[in-house]
This record gives sequence, C-alpha cells and structure tokens, in this order.
Amino acid sequence: MNLLDVEQLVVEFPTRRGNLRALDGISFSIAPGEVLGVVGESGAGKSLTGAAIIGLLEPPGRVASGRITLQGERIDQLSHDEMRRIRGKRIGAIFQDPLTSLNPLYTVGRQLVETIQAHLPMNPEQARQRAVALLEETGIPAAAQRIDHYPHQFSGGMRQRVVIALALAAEPQLIVADEPTTALDVSIQAQIISLLKRICREHGAAVMLITHDMGVIAETCDRVAVMYAGRIVEIGPVHEVINHPAHPYTAGLMASIPDMSVDREQLNQIDGAMPRLNAIPSGCAFHPRCTRAVARCRESRPELMDAGATRAACWVTVEAAAASSDAGSTHA
Amino acid sequence: MPEAGQAAQTLVQVNDLAKSFDVSPPWLNRVLERKPRLLLHAVDGVSFEIARGQTLALVGESGCGKSTVARLLVGLYQPSRGNVKFDGQDAHAAFAGSDAARLRRRIQMIFQDPYASLNPRWKVRDIVAEPLVEHQLLGEDKLEDRVAQLLGNVGLAAPDMEKFPHQFSGGQRKRISIARALASRPEFLVCDEPTSALDVSVQAQVLNIMKDLQRQRGLTYLFISHNLAVVRHVSDAVGVMYLGRLVELADKQSLFSQPRHPYTRMLLDAIPKMHNTGQARTPVQGEVPNPLNPPLGCAFHPRCPHANARCQAERPVMKSLGGIRVACHAVEEGRIG
Repeated sequence: MNLLDVEQLVVEFPTRRGNLRALDGISFSIAPGEVLGVVGESGAGKSLTGAAIIGLLEPPGRVASGRITLQGERIDQLSHDEMRRIRGKRIGAIFQDPLTSLNPLYTVGRQLVETIQAHLPMNPEQARQRAVALLEETGIPAAAQRIDHYPHQFSGGMRQRVVIALALAAEPQLIVADEPTTALDVSIQAQIISLLKRICREHGAAVMLITHDMGVIAETCDRVAVMYAGRIVEIGPVHEVINHPAHPYTAGLMASIPDMSVDREQLNQIDGAMPRLNAIPSGCAFHPRCTRAVARCRESRPELMDAGATRAACWVTVEAAAASSDAGSTHA
Repeated sequence: MPEAGQAAQTLVQVNDLAKSFDVSPPWLNRVLERKPRLLLHAVDGVSFEIARGQTLALVGESGCGKSTVARLLVGLYQPSRGNVKFDGQDAHAAFAGSDAARLRRRIQMIFQDPYASLNPRWKVRDIVAEPLVEHQLLGEDKLEDRVAQLLGNVGLAAPDMEKFPHQFSGGQRKRISIARALASRPEFLVCDEPTSALDVSVQAQVLNIMKDLQRQRGLTYLFISHNLAVVRHVSDAVGVMYLGRLVELADKQSLFSQPRHPYTRMLLDAIPKMHNTGQARTPVQGEVPNPLNPPLGCAFHPRCPHANARCQAERPVMKSLGGIRVACHAVEEGRIG
C-alpha cells in the first residue's frame, strides 16, 4: 500500500474577485521509504502542495476538493487538534530557514525533549538521552554539551541539522522537506543532503523533497514530479525525467540550467514567464510559451498520460509517443 | 587572462586591496570590561586585473568577501589598504576628487535583489532615466527616446516605461536594473549575484542578455556569484575567494578542467551533477571558520585533506604557476598535482 496518496487535490484562495485556484487537480503517491522530488519555479505550487499535506495552509487558503490519505486514512478533513497529533508524529517537516523553525528563546535540548515527549511515552531523562542520540546521529560534534545551547549559537548548517533531528524525533513515516538546503552554502548543502538521505534511509522514512534545484533532485530522489502553474506536468523516475524529458516544459527547464559538463554559447531560454493565478491560459497552461503547441493545446487541457517511461500532461508528446509505438507494432 | 605584455588592454587593476570593519564593542564596554578592539578583515590583500571586454568572476561561499570587493570597486567603500586602478587612474582618489562624476558614469553596478534595488514609487521611465539626468547626458526632450531604446535593448517594450516596478516579475525587474546600469554607457559593470534571486528559466534569459550586450558594446564585467555552473557559462577568468583572500585565479578552462587549490576542488565537487542520478558524493567536512578569528597559517587548513604543519603555521602567498595563480603550500611543493 502507498504511504501517501494525493488525489485530484485542489487548493483555492477565496478573494473578493473570485476564487484563485493555486493547485488544480494534483495527484501523486509516495511509497514507504521512497524519496519523491517536487520541482518547479516560484509560484508553481510546490510549497503549497507540501503545506496542504502537513495541514499548514495559510488561511484563507483551503483544500476545496480532492483527498489526501496517509496509509489509507484520510487526513485532509481532520480538525486542527487531530492534525497536530499527526504532524510531528507521523509526518515530519523541514523548512527552508532553520532559524524560523527553532524557537530562539529555548535551548535546542528543550525543544527536542518537548517534541519527543509530546509524541512518545518517555520520561524527561529518557527523552533527553534520545535527544542527545538524535543530535549525534545528525553529526553535531559534542552533542551532550551542545544540547544546552541556544539556536543562535549554532551555524546555519548546524541549525539545519538540529531541525532534521527535530523532524525525526518521533520516528515519522514521512518527512516533508521544503527547500531544506536553499539557504545554505554549496559545501554545507552537500553535507545536509547526504545526511538527510542517509538518516531517512536508516529510519525508513519516506521523503517529499521540494526544491527548485534540479541538481539536488538528480542526486537524491527516486522519482520526481515537475510542477507548472498549479499542476503536475510530468512525473516519473528521476533519471528518465532528467535525461529523456517528455514534456516540453521539463525539456526547456533542463536545457536552461547551466551545465558543468557542456559548453554552450547561449543558454536555452523559455520566453515569457509563468502565468499569474488569475490569468491561467485555457487548455494546457504552458501553451503560450511552448514552441510545439498545436490547436488542441489551446482548447483542451491534457491530464497526465503515459509517455514512454514517464507520465506527462502534453498532447504533442503523448500523441508522438503513441504514433511511434503504433508504427513499431505494425513493423513487428 | 591578460599576460604582462598586454597591460595596455587592462581596464581594471586591483592591487593588494583590503577592507576591515571595526566591530569592536562600544567604548564603555571596552573600558569597563577591558574588551579588546575587534577588526573584521572582510577583504585581506586581493590582487587581480580584468582586461577590457572580458569577464572576471569571483566565487566563494557566504562571508568570503566577494560582495565587499564589488562595493570597493564601485566606490561604495573606502579601502583600508591597497588601491584600484581604473584605466590607469587611481579610482578611489578620483572618487574623492572633482572628477568623481565622470568615473561613476563609467562604472555601474547591478545589484542582487530585483525588489530592493528599484524605487517602488518611481515609474520605470524615471528609474532608467535617472543616470542620464544625474550626469546631464541628455536634454529633457531626448530622454524618452533613449529610455525606450534602453528598454528595447533588454527585451522590454517602450510602453513599459509608464509602469511601476511592482507590475513586473523578478526577471523583468532585473532587466530594468540592467537598462538603468547601461543608461550612462558605462565601460565596466560590477554584477553582484545578478541572477541568484531568479528561477532557472528566467536566469537563462538574463544571462543571455548580459552576454549579448557584452558582445555588442565591449563591456567589461566583474561577475560575483556562488554558482559555479553560472560562472562557467559567463566568465573568461575566475577568482576563488576564501575568508577574504583569493586562493586561486585562473582562466576558465584551466580552473574547471584542472583545479589546483584544494578549496576549488572542494567547491567543484560540491555541485550536484545533473546526469549522474543517484550517485553519492562524499561531502567535504567542516564549515567556514569565524572570520573574526580566522585560523593561523592557511585559512583553509582545518578543512583541507592535504594540510601539514607548514599549512598550520605559515600563510601561503599567491604564486604564479604556468599562467594560473594559486596560494597553497601543497600545490607549490608538488604534494598535490
């Protein structure tokens, strides 16, 4: 059974000028222990997807329709208090800025002990031992002394290690990590990514890794979902999506990233910008920027369809894939 | 990188440039609690030159002093030591003198944050025309044509000049910043992380525009970035900084194909590789030390796998080595290739 199932999730923001649809029919699943990457540019809705899953949508944003199920149990309609018991215990969260996830007035030990005791039946002494063990596991030197320090006494990389320890404190089955390395320098970023990957594997936790950095995705994830204007446009095994992208947006995105192994005079650019929520184009939302768009792309909206090794929401590639497999079968 | 014989082409020459900031506790604390004065050496003896029409990139992690170098070059800071020669003339003497306006016209800066660097109450027309008005380069009647032309150069339309910054996306704002920087027809542009706030597809648009403009106008760039892949795309030469000092300075080809300094190698290894999916790397341990209390000897020695007793005691100086410059005992002694 899947650990997490998201089906036709729609998130709306009611405004005076009508509902703004920020997520429009998102469906995906995460298997136990799997690392799913969610990638996209600012405003694509990737962080909103994470926030909807952990029940932390900023009001007035709300789940308008669709369902989110964790191990078969529906979690998108739980009350605030019920959701609080799931958050931390069964779904852990790691955010971009470690300083905002930690309370500056409490020592990291107190925050860890509080989290552990809230979810696990432990006395203060046991909880403190577990907190020290978690800090050691996340690679904090002299954890037994550092546990009584305040967040400001840690460097950015060390703080993110504390946040990972906090997220893992109650042995959750799923970690939602929203841009966990964006605020860090490249050398520290590599340390945190390898730590996150190792520690989640050891604890058997699945990870939903939200980032705009395709390199981090390539290195860390099993599967990746590419988002554009509130929808998933392509989802599949990470090496397939990177090396043989089916959707023109994925292909354009990949080609616009400066690559260390290739010398190019000009970077490929996707002209235009992501549409605003109040002006999502008809049909496929990417069609005004797409070089391969045909009449059908303007008229009807593609859903995710099989396109070779991945699933893509694109009429052009799916038809091309179908045509080539037809041709292949007639030859055979 | 220019050889010594081509000195005529050198536009910017930086000699032993240094900037310290006084971060001492207040006077009363120093007197009562006997706390010492504290100096933060943000930039500590940096030398490089940029040939006309070329791009030098400075890379390094946060706190290595690369933005301070940028601000020193455009005259936003006074150097504590050393000097900057722009087209043969001492830049900081000129900034202080009566000729300052002419020099400022020739050196412009593009800032990182496309939201903070444009006045939200001004129309684009006024933002882009400001350098023209300030330097009295054009009469009132010709301003509009020139602004329209500048906007056209960066891929915006003439009617956009009637809009306010909030009506544009991040990438479009960046183009407005570039149009403003180009207004006074500068020769030298200092770009401090020009694309780090942008999405990759928009970053590609901005980088392409910057390269096109360089080709058309023979602009010289100092390009500051922490993203080595971007640097590889735009630069001719690359300087790698660590804790306020240059550790390696080389042409792009040498630096990326044969990095010498262990820190350069570490930075290159730290970039996630797109096409080796699922491949694990061994990240370098440790973090950048506190710049208020830098390690003795080579500042990188606590993180360096090749450090020995000499590295801990003696600070390496930049040595020329077949066209590239490296500050590393291990490379100099031939302990590493």
